Amino acid sequence: MSTPARGVQSSGGAGGVELIKAVPVRHPGRWVGAAFILLFVALAIQSLVTNKNFRWDTVGKYLFDVLVLQSIGWTLLLTVSSMVLAIALAICLAFMRQSDNPLFRYVAWFWVWFFRGTPVYTQLVFWGLVAVLFPKIIIGVPFGPEWFSVNTETVITALVGAIVGLGLNESAYLAEIFRAGLKSVDNGQMEAAEALGMRRSKIMWRIILPQAMRVIVPPTGNETIGMLKTTSLVLAIPFTLDLTFVTNTIANRTYLPIPLLIVAAIWYLVITSVLMVGQYYIERHFGKGVDNVMKAPVKEKPPATTDPILKPRGNNLA
Amino acid sequence: MPDSTYKAATPKPLVEIQGVHKFFGDHHVLKGIDMTVNPGEVSVIIGPSGSGKSTLLRCINLLETLSAGRIYVHNDLIGYREVNGKLHDLNTKAIAAQRREIGMVFQRFNLFPHKTALQNVIEAPTQVKRQSKAAAKLKARELLEMVGLSDRANFYPAQLSGGQQQRVAIARALAMEPELMLFDEPTSALDPELVGDVLEVMKNLAKSGMTMIVVTHEIGFAREVGDTLTFMDAGVVVESGNPREIIANPQHARTKEFLSRVL
Repeated sequence: MSTPARGVQSSGGAGGVELIKAVPVRHPGRWVGAAFILLFVALAIQSLVTNKNFRWDTVGKYLFDVLVLQSIGWTLLLTVSSMVLAIALAICLAFMRQSDNPLFRYVAWFWVWFFRGTPVYTQLVFWGLVAVLFPKIIIGVPFGPEWFSVNTETVITALVGAIVGLGLNESAYLAEIFRAGLKSVDNGQMEAAEALGMRRSKIMWRIILPQAMRVIVPPTGNETIGMLKTTSLVLAIPFTLDLTFVTNTIANRTYLPIPLLIVAAIWYLVITSVLMVGQYYIERHFGKGVDNVMKAPVKEKPPATTDPILKPRGNNLA
Repeated sequence: MPDSTYKAATPKPLVEIQGVHKFFGDHHVLKGIDMTVNPGEVSVIIGPSGSGKSTLLRCINLLETLSAGRIYVHNDLIGYREVNGKLHDLNTKAIAAQRREIGMVFQRFNLFPHKTALQNVIEAPTQVKRQSKAAAKLKARELLEMVGLSDRANFYPAQLSGGQQQRVAIARALAMEPELMLFDEPTSALDPELVGDVLEVMKNLAKSGMTMIVVTHEIGFAREVGDTLTFMDAGVVVESGNPREIIANPQHARTKEFLSRVL
């Protein structure tokens, strides 16, 4: 390596090496395909600009309408609170699935089975009707005296019903994502931490979960973006302040459904884009030490068992 | 301590392994192991793959539970409380406390990949022993210097070679100031040219008086550093004694055969 290459000099290559400059294979099919795509893009843009039925003036009028802006606030509140509730539940469920206590494991399994197995719309309708099923919420000794009771309607408002309904449903999906994440961490990490005398809960929070997050964050980002759109189902409760319901109401009042659908679509796209930026930074944080590590010093082969001498023994238990 | 008067005559063993058996299902991996390790001693265990040597080591800090027998470290029964001849499982808190006294180095290093070398070393002292970050860092830098990696403190494991990772792992175990260090084939996953640095660190550790149990294939290390050598095969101790004598003049046919293959 250190001896300078002789013979090949000043040939324009790096360090006196003559680099290959081959004529690339031509791909006429790609050019035809690209031309078609550009044609369709041009047609789409032309239609967006010239087709009067899009009613861009109406889109512009309602894009920053006070009612619309408020509904974005409610949609964000629903998305964030139900995801927070779902994540908290999912962590519990994922740990319960790994528990030594079989009852914990069964309960977690049943939870996932039930909430994943019924439509979210049905669940939301149920939360809207929960006051019919249980008119009063009673605090007291089970099967014993009652200390305190309150009307269900005053506790499970439409907003609470929407958050709980969306959150419980989502927790079932997230629980599986968290379980996959926890399983992806090498068992040696648990052993190393145990050998240092760390307690189980410490190991989970400081060693296992941060590594599992690398696997957990991308699908959870996906679920969050999905949740943003699922909030449009809260009319089932009925909760009537979210982006889809409000733009629909305006559309019905003005008889202009298309521009208001566009208003809603634009805002969903904007929020999704913001969420994606957030996800990028979260992924970067948890990828620390593993993703995009600059490979400074010696790069080594992965560990291999190095006693070929002992192979004839054929005894395979380390 | 009342026994300090006759300590010089017969040292109290730090580790006592008595009649240990281990089953994995029907597989009888350890078949009645007896062994003692005195304070400051370097005890080397060799043997073919599947002889149970790693399992024995893992039993000492409860990464595996025993099927029968007793292990005492510092007169402390590992994993159980004995009340009127009946064993009670220790709770997780007590088990964690026992493990704190025993450092372990793994074949595959098992460094925490999301933490730098320095963060790996201070993790247990700050989280388990509740040392201040500043104090733990000071100690950690000393330890990293001892293993020859003071310039790698802020590197992530993925940026270190296998030999460097293993030396960080040794520093991490030492940071808890254990009275016993277990090494489970510490150089088996390393490229040959990186083995020497790790063995050098272990040799210095032995010189400093640390009690060590080392499962290894490095016969040279056993001869040079070991105080006792134990040869295990098929779940039993075949022979044990002075490493230089056993290596030069093995008494058992199986020992002879094994040594002829690895030397």
